[in-house]
Amino acid sequence: MQFIKPGTSIDFIGKRKLGFSFSLALVIISFISLIIHQGPNYGIDFAGGTLVQVKFDKTPAIQDIRSGLEQIGIANSSVQNFGNPGENEFLIRTGTPDMTGQGFSQAITQALESATGSAPDIRRVEMVGPQVGKDLRKQALLAMFYSLLFITIYISGRFEMKWVLSGVTAGALMSAVYFLSIFNMSMPILIAAALLVTLVLFWYLELKYAMGAIVALIHDVFITVGLFSILDYEFSLPIIAALLTIIGYSLNDTIIVFDRIRENNIQARKLTMMEIINKSINETLSRTILTSLTTLIVLFSLLFLGGEIIHNFAFAMIAGVLIGTYSSVFVASPIVLLTDKKNR
Amino acid sequence: MKSFTWKGALTAVIILTALVYVLPTFYPDCWPHKKINLGLDLQGGMHLVLEVQNQKAVETTVERTVHELKQELRKKGIKHLGISRNSNNSITATLSGDKNIDGFTALVSDDFNALEIASTVTVAKGKNFVLQLPVQEAENIKRMATEQALETIRNRIDEFGVSEPDIRLQGEKRIQIQLPGITDTQRAKDLIGKTAQLNFQLVDETGNVASATQGTPPPGSVLLYQMKENTRTGQVTKVPFLIKKQVLLDGGSLTDARVMIDSQFNEPYVGIEFDRKGARIFERITGENIKKRLAIVLDKTVYSAPVIQDRIAGGKARITGNFTTEEARDLAIVLRAGALPAPVKIIEERTVGPTLGADSIRMGLMSMMVGGILVILFMVMYYKGAGLIADIALVVNILLIGGGLAAFQATLTLPGIAGIILTIGMAVDANVIIFERIREELASGKTPVASVHAGFSRAALTILDANVTTLIVAVVLFQFGTGPVKGFAVTLGLGILASLFTALVLSKSIFEMTLSGKKTSTLSI
Repeated sequence: MQFIKPGTSIDFIGKRKLGFSFSLALVIISFISLIIHQGPNYGIDFAGGTLVQVKFDKTPAIQDIRSGLEQIGIANSSVQNFGNPGENEFLIRTGTPDMTGQGFSQAITQALESATGSAPDIRRVEMVGPQVGKDLRKQALLAMFYSLLFITIYISGRFEMKWVLSGVTAGALMSAVYFLSIFNMSMPILIAAALLVTLVLFWYLELKYAMGAIVALIHDVFITVGLFSILDYEFSLPIIAALLTIIGYSLNDTIIVFDRIRENNIQARKLTMMEIINKSINETLSRTILTSLTTLIVLFSLLFLGGEIIHNFAFAMIAGVLIGTYSSVFVASPIVLLTDKKNR
Repeated sequence: MKSFTWKGALTAVIILTALVYVLPTFYPDCWPHKKINLGLDLQGGMHLVLEVQNQKAVETTVERTVHELKQELRKKGIKHLGISRNSNNSITATLSGDKNIDGFTALVSDDFNALEIASTVTVAKGKNFVLQLPVQEAENIKRMATEQALETIRNRIDEFGVSEPDIRLQGEKRIQIQLPGITDTQRAKDLIGKTAQLNFQLVDETGNVASATQGTPPPGSVLLYQMKENTRTGQVTKVPFLIKKQVLLDGGSLTDARVMIDSQFNEPYVGIEFDRKGARIFERITGENIKKRLAIVLDKTVYSAPVIQDRIAGGKARITGNFTTEEARDLAIVLRAGALPAPVKIIEERTVGPTLGADSIRMGLMSMMVGGILVILFMVMYYKGAGLIADIALVVNILLIGGGLAAFQATLTLPGIAGIILTIGMAVDANVIIFERIREELASGKTPVASVHAGFSRAALTILDANVTTLIVAVVLFQFGTGPVKGFAVTLGLGILASLFTALVLSKSIFEMTLSGKKTSTLSI
């Protein structure tokens, strides 16, 4: 069986303007959504708060659950169905932490039982204090930053043989971020600035593969975050894990194309850079699609069968893999062409 | 097989080793090795992060120093116009007259050399001395408080009886506690979080309780409450008490605390025993205060306030308070393990019930099976014979992850299962890259043997590059992540290493085996 016949020749690079406009549109939509929603919708892991997952014998009315909660002083809570509607499972969320101390489980069990007339089973309680939430937020951002940084070092080292240069650049960025973070600079701004500096450096140093890879990565992660914002899905710790995995995984396709570009660069000296890149994308198109396809198969299985807790994780991964596959062809490769001085 | 190769032997050894490690998880009795650890989100249990309010330990120390200073001054006949603790944990002492001032400075430099005199100011009444603990000393007290809290909590949990608890320091003043399989989370939290500061104080019987409840307790006394629960209705009433501030004896003098049953009322109580010094003090205070009420105060709550009938020698006392047997047992545990040097606050809690954990395992395995079977079918359909080789590699890959988890005693969490599922999709990627390359080589007119050889050698570097980036991410995640996310990083990392091995070594060996000897002109790919 073969999806892509050998000798396929699609002019991907010729359509790069179309690709750029599409990507730009997605980035702008993500940006607007993030502004409207005032940043990502942080779950209790990052915002702090309390979450209770509770299962009833019979179907209770959501109003009854709410009134039960109000009895024990939990106002402003969100109550929503969790999982399949037939399972009578609910997720109760409130922004106030520090309340799961003395007698909390007992109090909530009694209040819910008397309000709904059905015995609740408290299946999960999560409470995150505001300070812990803040710490986790900082850690998550740092993790993203360091992943991007280390990957860039690896890419520019492996593809351009400039280990020392990229190592020094990365070292300087790392220490800058570290020192500024001591002075309580806002983390997101700091990291955005560091990334910007990285991009400018790569442009001037003509690290074209590293440039292509990192632009594609930022593109993938930002659009996935934007999609979460548009759908108003919550950011939790597993979602950060998903974003990081996307950083690592969506690069696979990019690396396959880059490897082929490098190979063709040596073999086919007569071709222009543009032709080489087009040839390379076409030659590797089959594996680009297949590798993503096998991963998507398992991810969809996780999305539909893995249960509610892991649902958003699977969703983020699916989005990331799709965007990553697209960006390896339409973002990463054209950027290599753009950064290459001979073609400017 | 053509001949024995070292590579083949090594492959067999690695697979067998993984099998040896994985088997006890499914057949616990086959040989003695531990099962794969399940995370709290899968087996149920409680994860707590406590913050030790170690600033309070500094306050307590300063408070005690003020008390001792006053005592020493009284002994030496030095008069002072007031000594008190300030909110920034310094001490202000006011004295007048040269004799008093000289005596005071001599006392501080001789007996209280931990304190330094920060400033002296001459005021109308005399001289104001500001004393403080050196910064390093305060830090020391804080550190000790956290360490002692960790030790105390560990003792309490040991006595409570939880299998395989994990208690560790996190940062400067946080303690992370993991209690797998625990069901009565409320009781565990009460047991861990109780400061258990036991004090014996006299009841102020001359003061007016009613006016104290309005907010003006007489100087030298505080308003504390006793919780009285009506055993039939379950209603709790608060009984106010005026308690003298001076602590006559505290829990530090205890040597033992046990649950006893009152033979008369058939009610449990906690019998306590003092050490020799404590027994002497207890005998003295009971002897000096006959017919007065002595309050037993635990964490600012009055447990009982019996009238002293007679001098009590022998160093034994009892704490009563309408306990259930469980409450009495837990109180005995906290008293035996000792008081926390500073109060603790729960700043993070994650509790998963056992039913939810079981559901998560079931659904995780289900999606793993379905996803795995779909991928296996797809590979056979797309690559025929070669697909089968990839499928064998995939099964071995999952076996290796399991073996790795068991061998390193890593913890499998729900995101960890997701990591394995993800690996299933990613493990065949390496094979896809190789197979596509072989197809290209075949198309360029090479023989099957040459194509396979070229395919593996040329794809190897690409596969390595692609996997290193994901491995970098796994390492970063492991470094920054906590709990479940760490579990994901572990399975992702193991999965990548395993898939490198299965694709570049195992698949290649199988290919070479099937091709060796025969002069095949076709390849099932």
